[in-house]
Amino acid sequence: MEDTNAKPLTTSDMQTADVVNPHTKQKWAYSPIVKEHFFHPKNLLLEEPAPDQFDARGTVGSPACGDVMDIWIKVDPATERVVDLKWKTFGCGSAIAATSMFSVMVTENDGLTLTDALKIKPQDIMERLGGLPNRKIHCSVLADKAFRKAVNNYFHAVGKHDRVEVEGARVIDARMNITDKDIEEAVLEGALNLEDMQKKLKVGVGDPAAIPEIEQLIRFYKEKYFGA
Amino acid sequence: MKSLSEIEKRIVYLDHAATTPTHPDVVAAMLPYFTDHFGNPSGLYEISRDASEALSSARESIAQILHSRPEEIIFTGGGTESDNLALFGIARKYGAKWGKHIITSQIEHHAVLLPTEVLKKEGFEITETTVNEHAEVSVENIIAALRPETVLISIMYANNEVGTIEPIAEIGAAIQRWKKDNGRKPIDPPFLHTDACQAAGALNLNVDELKVDLLTLNGSKIYGPKGVGILYVRRGVQLVPLIVGGGQENRLRSGTENVPAIVGLARALEIATEKRETENARLAELRNYLWAEIQVRVPKVILNGHPTNRLPNNLNFTILDIEGEAALLYMDEFGISLSTGSACTSTSLDPSHVILAMGKPYEYAHGSLRMTLGASTTREDIDHVLEVLPPVVALLRSISPLNLSMDQKQENIAAHSAFVEDGVPHWMKK
Ligand code: FES
Repeated sequence: MEDTNAKPLTTSDMQTADVVNPHTKQKWAYSPIVKEHFFHPKNLLLEEPAPDQFDARGTVGSPACGDVMDIWIKVDPATERVVDLKWKTFGCGSAIAATSMFSVMVTENDGLTLTDALKIKPQDIMERLGGLPNRKIHCSVLADKAFRKAVNNYFHAVGKHDRVEVEGARVIDARMNITDKDIEEAVLEGALNLEDMQKKLKVGVGDPAAIPEIEQLIRFYKEKYFGA
Repeated sequence: MKSLSEIEKRIVYLDHAATTPTHPDVVAAMLPYFTDHFGNPSGLYEISRDASEALSSARESIAQILHSRPEEIIFTGGGTESDNLALFGIARKYGAKWGKHIITSQIEHHAVLLPTEVLKKEGFEITETTVNEHAEVSVENIIAALRPETVLISIMYANNEVGTIEPIAEIGAAIQRWKKDNGRKPIDPPFLHTDACQAAGALNLNVDELKVDLLTLNGSKIYGPKGVGILYVRRGVQLVPLIVGGGQENRLRSGTENVPAIVGLARALEIATEKRETENARLAELRNYLWAEIQVRVPKVILNGHPTNRLPNNLNFTILDIEGEAALLYMDEFGISLSTGSACTSTSLDPSHVILAMGKPYEYAHGSLRMTLGASTTREDIDHVLEVLPPVVALLRSISPLNLSMDQKQENIAAHSAFVEDGVPHWMKK
């Protein structure tokens, strides 16, 4: 396999792969780093783990594309450093590359502390990868979410229930029963302004009072995932 | 099984359902019309007459293959435009007088499905008939869906994803009977339209035997140029045009005719028709060999589409537990081009609507691969695929947390607990 010439994805009339970032109009050919992590993923869990090999596990499914991510962690109880992180995914190339990179970021240099590891944003993974197309940002979010779930499970397991962070869903539009999580998801699926959001979710149509808050959430999640 | 590092790259194009390379004879036939006979066919001088003669002989040649009259052939800018013209053209011509109901199927191409979405906003009711587990529409379902207000039935001749061939002639015959029983003349609605883009190179295109009123085909799937198509419109059937202007193509498609492309399309269709039988047999044999060997070499694979009633060059199958886009990228690394119905590759993140319509769970769409063979495909190409695929699948399975069963139900999503807090995949909420 030659590693240099990055080339675009193949496309077909069946499903068109997106190789152009619709917002920056940049062509995306997977970077050498993405390729390296995609073709040689790091920290994969290849065998059934031994009973005490890990302290906790987190599994999430992506509401965007239906993919599944599984993350296992081993934590040093004294320092709270993540000494081992392994993963598996039923996901696309970007999910494989992003999770591989995330696993390296968390475990390199003797491992980050849980507090620091939780500070890693999907944006940071993307930077280390040298970019992913916008449409693929939700794939890196998958690693992040599975990790958060594993950490929460860890805190439960060691009795530190107060450290568990739950991202509760908050209802934004009561008539449509739409929560901030729905808005987050829609942003990840590409609804980056109020008009697209309303097309997707009908949010705020029957409840105009909710619109300022919706716009604020769009800005917030756009910044969180797209960094602008 | 060889390991991936031992395998050398070889360019193998297996996405002929997406598009085909232009045949060198077609290119040769087109070339003079760019430079020498470049005239506007509407002109009266010699350079224009050359172009206009080329246009008529292309039309005649195509008409002969379709067993139609030349004036029933309208040249368009491609398959999508022809489909759009058929749907909007009939709906807008007959809707007000006869009724606003159209029948299609769940597995149509987006070039048909999206126009129906637009027509809904214009007051049309659309019935999307279901298909069976092999993606076959049923004649009875279509007839049962017919109403006095139905103006159009649009069913594809062969499906682009899974290759299933639909019973167009039987549907046509049943509609003709229905019309007779209901006191309708042949040139009264409802009309039958078929998108034959995928079928054009492989199946009978005789419009009388097919009993269709409108038929779409294009150049890019039959080794002709891209950006050119035809819509066959039976004499007496009327359309409202989408593009108006200079009144070309019997006022149904204005704009100076794309003479080189039209000449190329006609030539491509002639070549495809000549070679049809030998090429069908050759492709079916290669395809059958490919599928037989995949089943031996790769565990947990399932055929999508009909086991026999399918296009000879189409293979579509699901590899359980793996995601198709990742597989596609790995295969690409070894020179193999194919496509997948995975949600991850589509801009809307929707899994293949065809595989879902066959009643399969979305994970089957996720792990589906389509290989469509073509004129250049050789036994060596197939052997290369058979060498690369097993280690790629083994590797991706080692990455995957899933272990699906061979009879997974559509309602049971595999890793259900993974989805509970964050919600189920978006297409399940619809
Ligand atoms: S994980 Fe499905 S698109 Fe990336």
